[in-house]
Amino acid sequence: MTPFVRVFRATAFRLTLAILGLSAIGAAIVLGAVAWQVMSVVDEETRQTIESEVSRLSDQYEQGGLAALDALIEMRSREPGSSLYLLTNNAGLPLAGNISSLPDGVLARPGYVYTPYEIADGDPPRRMALARIFVLPNGFRLLVGHDLSDRARIGAVMLRALATSLIFLAILAGLGALFVTRRVLSRIDAMSGSARAIMAGDLDRRLPVSGAGDELDRLAQSLNEMLQRIGALMAGLREVSDNVAHDLRTPLTRLRNHAELALRSGQDPAALRAAIEKMIEESDSLIKVFDSLLLIARAEAGADRAHMKAFDLAEALAGVTELYEPVAEEKGAKLSLNVSPGLALFGNRELIGQAIANLIDNALKYAAPEAGVGHDPSRAEISISAERVGASIVIAVADRGPGVAPEDRTRALDRFVRLEGARTRPGSGLGLSMTSAVARLHGGEVRLEDNAPGLKVLMILPAGTPAALPRAIAAQ
Amino acid sequence: MLAMRLLIIEDDKDAAAYLVKAFREAGHLADQAADGIVGYDLAHDGDYDVLIVDRMLPKMDGLSLIGALRAQGKETPALILSALGQVDDRVKGLRAGGDDYLAKPYSFSELLARVEALARRRPKGAPEETVYRLADLMLDRLSHKVTRAGAEISLQPREFRLLEYLMQNAGKVVTRTMLLEHVWDYHFDPQTNVIDVHVSRLRSKIDKDFDPPLLHTVRGAGYMIRDAVR
Repeated sequence: MTPFVRVFRATAFRLTLAILGLSAIGAAIVLGAVAWQVMSVVDEETRQTIESEVSRLSDQYEQGGLAALDALIEMRSREPGSSLYLLTNNAGLPLAGNISSLPDGVLARPGYVYTPYEIADGDPPRRMALARIFVLPNGFRLLVGHDLSDRARIGAVMLRALATSLIFLAILAGLGALFVTRRVLSRIDAMSGSARAIMAGDLDRRLPVSGAGDELDRLAQSLNEMLQRIGALMAGLREVSDNVAHDLRTPLTRLRNHAELALRSGQDPAALRAAIEKMIEESDSLIKVFDSLLLIARAEAGADRAHMKAFDLAEALAGVTELYEPVAEEKGAKLSLNVSPGLALFGNRELIGQAIANLIDNALKYAAPEAGVGHDPSRAEISISAERVGASIVIAVADRGPGVAPEDRTRALDRFVRLEGARTRPGSGLGLSMTSAVARLHGGEVRLEDNAPGLKVLMILPAGTPAALPRAIAAQ
Repeated sequence: MLAMRLLIIEDDKDAAAYLVKAFREAGHLADQAADGIVGYDLAHDGDYDVLIVDRMLPKMDGLSLIGALRAQGKETPALILSALGQVDDRVKGLRAGGDDYLAKPYSFSELLARVEALARRRPKGAPEETVYRLADLMLDRLSHKVTRAGAEISLQPREFRLLEYLMQNAGKVVTRTMLLEHVWDYHFDPQTNVIDVHVSRLRSKIDKDFDPPLLHTVRGAGYMIRDAVR
């Protein structure tokens, strides 16, 4: 595109044209109104002049009759800048006055009239006048009028003023358009240049912000914030895939080792069998890690929202608690469930159940007496509760174990994070992050708190009203 | 367990060949179809006990295939195999007319146990048994009473359902995930051995003071309740 075409196509230019058009109409209206006002004033003055002439002539007529009137008209007609007079007899023949010619029929109707007229040796000979016509008692007619050339001149001045102001307006608007267009265009060009650079791989680049604080700046700022957020998400993803690579390497190595062992076992069927069983065990744990990762990823993408419905949370929690009861008892721990019967939740029962199972599993792993906390019976209780708090349903799993240090609480929700002391125990480091992903899928969150002593994990979910959930759920 | 006639509809040749071989070794007859159209024709005209259907197939996908069979009034039980293992995939599969759903990668013992459990449902319309008997063990589904050698055994509600499901599948392997699905209605894979502890509690109630033991652990697969002398 040539620069001219670009300027012409720019939104700012078209906007300027529109503004120019509107202000031209505005100027015409204002000047038209002023002209009309001035004309009215001039006309009013003309009428008053005529009226005063008429009253003087009528006085003269009443005192001296037709002859006196005739004489006064003759006298006044000769004064410079005088009004216009014409007196005719009942046959229509002019008797006195300074008008030499009138169109036919003007004198027929009494009252005010706008009419062209001619005077002897006038320049120009034909002019416009405002005149009042009287019929005298004897059938004579009298016309008293005033020339309207001044009025016409004022009209012409107004027209010239309008034309001049329009020309100035056009020049100003054109300059403004050029300035705005060039300025806005150059900034937009700079922004799209930056966007192209970002697309080309310069991911840390941001759109320029001029500091003017205008709409373009606000747009650039919003886009920059969006880029920042996307960047953070991508960094998170990168970290996860790095972690996946790292955390899968270990079990894969073990799998490979067992396979090699199986190859080398030679003629010993028992050793071969043991090695193969180990291989199956390792593959199963790998599959579990994959399943958890997939579930987290899908929960974060909101993929499982389609199957949300209202379900009995009390029943679901009772099921999970009862599932873990015997294991807890074997470990010397006691599960206590405290939930009001019939408490309902809108969501995915399966995922919520699994999330709670993860929490109970963790509590048993890290806080049960067998886990080295000691055999104090009060320390062996793991309490599971759910209650409605305002617009939320809070599910809590609390233990009396070693707890999690405040500075580690956010990190503990990340994928593959296994805090100090957990590395020696079995587990993938995905349990809490899965629970957290499930909570986010339901429009809620997971919070770790101090149970003094111990750890209290809260799943805070929006209560059963679908409206409180993201639109995607409510739409189902 | 009687020999079953199975149809495996799976486009991955290796996987299909492995399944055919493994089912034959387990004493069943297995046919194979490599795409949805052939699979539909075989399933429609043949007399199979169970269909094993891969979800993603060339020409006609697994869910449409099952839907088309059901629309034709063909009620052969179908197990869907799929690489998509998440909750909603499973729900979709079952809604499309599948009777069970197993995510890849699966263990063959799990697949075998589930296929055998499906085959038992076969005689449709037959009245549901209200009393299960196995040797001297008896479970009454209506009165919720369990006796062994005439002595009443008191079970927790969940233990009762566990035993009920095991006896419903007497003589067949029942895996841990099958128990979790049918007794607790959860489909996830618990990290710890929660099911084992429940089964061992049940075992201590029904087997400990009696002879012979009926509830057996099948190594690497799951559990089976059966009469030792049979």
